Amino acid sequence: MSNDEKTVVGASDTAKIKLDHVVIRFAGDSGDGMQLTGSQFSDTSAMLGNDIATFPNYPAEIRAPEGSIYGVSGFQVHIGEVEISTPGDDVDVLVAMNPAALKTNFNAVQQGKTIIVDSDEFTSKNLAKAGYDRNPLEDDSMGSYVIIKAPITQLSREAIKDIGLDNNSINRTRNMFALGMVFWMFSRPLDYTIKFLEKKFGHKPNIFEANVRVLKAGYHYAETLELLPSAFTVLPAKMTEGTYRIIMGNMATAWGFLAAAEKSGKQLFLGSYPITPASDILHELSAHQHFGVVTFQAEDEIAGICSAIGASFAGDLAITTTSGPGLALKSEAIGLAVMTELPLVIVNVQRGGPSTGLPTKTEQADLLQAMYGRNGESPVIVIAASTPANCFDFAYEASRLAMEHMTPVILLTDGYIANGSAPWRIRSVNDMQAIKPAAAPAPGTEADWMPYLRDPETLARQWALPGTAGFEHRIGGLEKEDFTGHICYEPDNHEHMVKRRAEKVQRVENFIPELQLDGAESGDLLVIGWGGTYGSLHVAVKSLHETGHSIGLAHFNYMNPMPRNTREVLSRFKKIVVCELNLGQFATLLRSKFPEFQFMQYNKVQGLPFTVLELNEHLGALLQKS
Amino acid sequence: MSDLPNYTFKDFASDQEVRWCPGCGDYVILRAMQKALPMMGRRREDFVFVSGIGCSSRFPYYMNTYGFHGIHGRAPGIATGVKLANPKLSVWVITGDGDGLAIGGNHMIHAIRRNIDLNIILFNNKIYGLTKGQFSPTSDIGQKTKSSPYGNTQPPFNFGELALGSAGQFYARVPDNNPNDMADIFVEAEKHKGTSVVEVLQNCVIFNDGAFDNVVDKSVREDMLLYLKHGEKMLFGKEKNKGVRFNGRQLEAVTLGENGITEADIIVHDAYDPNPSMHFMLTQLQYPLPVGIFRCVEMPSYEERVDVQVNASKQRSKFKTVDDVLFSGETYTV
Repeated sequence: MSNDEKTVVGASDTAKIKLDHVVIRFAGDSGDGMQLTGSQFSDTSAMLGNDIATFPNYPAEIRAPEGSIYGVSGFQVHIGEVEISTPGDDVDVLVAMNPAALKTNFNAVQQGKTIIVDSDEFTSKNLAKAGYDRNPLEDDSMGSYVIIKAPITQLSREAIKDIGLDNNSINRTRNMFALGMVFWMFSRPLDYTIKFLEKKFGHKPNIFEANVRVLKAGYHYAETLELLPSAFTVLPAKMTEGTYRIIMGNMATAWGFLAAAEKSGKQLFLGSYPITPASDILHELSAHQHFGVVTFQAEDEIAGICSAIGASFAGDLAITTTSGPGLALKSEAIGLAVMTELPLVIVNVQRGGPSTGLPTKTEQADLLQAMYGRNGESPVIVIAASTPANCFDFAYEASRLAMEHMTPVILLTDGYIANGSAPWRIRSVNDMQAIKPAAAPAPGTEADWMPYLRDPETLARQWALPGTAGFEHRIGGLEKEDFTGHICYEPDNHEHMVKRRAEKVQRVENFIPELQLDGAESGDLLVIGWGGTYGSLHVAVKSLHETGHSIGLAHFNYMNPMPRNTREVLSRFKKIVVCELNLGQFATLLRSKFPEFQFMQYNKVQGLPFTVLELNEHLGALLQKS
Repeated sequence: MSDLPNYTFKDFASDQEVRWCPGCGDYVILRAMQKALPMMGRRREDFVFVSGIGCSSRFPYYMNTYGFHGIHGRAPGIATGVKLANPKLSVWVITGDGDGLAIGGNHMIHAIRRNIDLNIILFNNKIYGLTKGQFSPTSDIGQKTKSSPYGNTQPPFNFGELALGSAGQFYARVPDNNPNDMADIFVEAEKHKGTSVVEVLQNCVIFNDGAFDNVVDKSVREDMLLYLKHGEKMLFGKEKNKGVRFNGRQLEAVTLGENGITEADIIVHDAYDPNPSMHFMLTQLQYPLPVGIFRCVEMPSYEERVDVQVNASKQRSKFKTVDDVLFSGETYTV
């Protein structure tokens, strides 16, 4: 709560302190329901008109041993009256459901901020599991924090003792107590969550009743508790008029494909194999069979992409979804789609690597795999989404480019934006850009038709579908003779075809938007980012620019080909720094394309997004030197 | 189907020169297929041939139909996508013992398990041909090849056993020197809804010549092969004086008139029996070696199950357009 505090009088006569924005983190055992608690808080805040961003941080284990350090699951919510672009760096309020949650999240809380703990959970056994020698609530180690020790477990039990639930079910309501407390603290109403609980537990009246009672118990406990310093409020943000919803990146990706299929008049086919953190796209599309969507859960990653290639050959909008290790398995098949010049979208929700790496953590280290991770000269379009909400736009865009240019497209998202959520201003499919898939050959042209005849502008070949009389043809992975598509090992033909395929992808630059800058249009320092780091880069560059620095942000969504004005943009600044969550993959790419410029790097590979704080420090230092 | 053109085998031959070795068993299979397709009552544009990598997998280039020459072992995946995208097509997978049982073994068993309506033709020559002579997953123990100069030490797959073990509902085995029988079996495979698997005992003249001579050569085949026909007794031999009986424990070859054996002891082949036990025993039989259709049982196919579910969802759903989804549930207005 580092922003301006003004006392206002709300609907009730209680004085409330108004905040511009606030960051709250809920942390507990992976079975404590922290994701649900956090999303209830963020959804309620969005309904009140706040801008929001969320970030779940959960372990790879589904139910790690209770009370253990590695089983802690967290959900961070950033709400504001001001524009919110990231889930926030410093936590204003931490809810820690046990000692392990306190231990693992304590460092994110600055002195003077608030920590709510379930004091009942600070038993000697749990303290030992978390690695505490002494109870931190009983010494002065946290003296400079506002600590609220609430006997959450005991009060939750008390509130529902007459309902007759078993111990497990009783314990599972504790999160509602914490949520109730935080709702009161930030002057949020309970009705949204009560409606949600009714939908979720309506068929189990006892459970529903218990959750509501505990939620209210937490709310009233906070209200009467003298320990709480005050209630706060965050007023609605000024957002563009429209209808909004809170959307997670993976869901936005799935919906982008639904929209692209409808707009192009194609049936949507997904061939996929479950992998964290991409599986939610498979789940979401599987729930939309009613549009004729076919989701094929294959026996492995390779069968997933191969089935998509088969469906594409037969005329579907075909996609496959995966994460880094799965992209590696799909490499050979992507080459087949390059060679057969079929439309295909490959979604890679990046996670920490190499190998199995950090399955539930974020990273941007698959860019060069996407660019070059295949045998032979094998160019594909590579694009990236940069916010949870624009995952929709880039899934749609990937579909458009694949079908209009008859080529595979790799769409990169990452664990951070895929699982993060943000408000999304909903647009009607009617208002979206038209998609004009490569043409089917015209009836009457059978005699002269050849499978590798190309559109003069895009170089896309035609899409002749099995079942169409007169256009029977064979395609495959062997090198093709231009036009006829016959197998051909001639040296000159091979070089010609390699160049054609490269040029076809390069020409896509004529069909994508130019780079737009945030901040300064020219000057001292150009910050370059791509993909999911947009939120923190945007906030950092904006704040430095507003304090008078000559700094601009060029954030890329198109990495191959790059926007046509890239060179011109680079030439407008004295210094360039490329910020990415890897050891410099985009910087490497930029150096190879634009060797006349010097690219500095700022990199982080901790499985975590950039914080605005560290960006401000680093970029500020670069500006000092100039 | 009155407007169906009167096709002959020539309508299914592409303009590409066939590049298999002279004397290769693949020529017989190609001819049998081009002969069988006009008998299926389907239009040429509705056939799709999908292959992997290997000698067998050049097959689609020689067919004047839609074709897809894929990557090693992955033809069942590609074919599954084609079939799910357009279930009206007649989709064929052309593969070999290396392509289909080694690198593509996983895809093979899962395609069969799902019972998707693909017709899978596996050319089994017990050797790698295109990579020039290494042992394959069906090579015999002791078989000397380039990669097993002292004899193969890996036991082979019995493909019939594998197909039935993967819940296969149609399995046939056919030698490569009888194009008429082969064409008939291709027609039956196409008729069968669900995954149809046909194993062709195919001779590689270069790297494993004569691999099946001891059973399929014209001079011995009457005595060594058992031609399975649904509803008929399992009799074999030039004089049809030998047969197969179940001795309470397993199948065995017997001679009529010896040791009191009469025709009543000889079992009748029931390819339609849902219980696969007898079909499985037939895959174990080495003498006589059964050929023909072992098993042909109708079960719902995968794409039918998908289709039924998708149509039910369409009927039931309140979402008619994507806008309905985008604007559904918890939205708010600013």
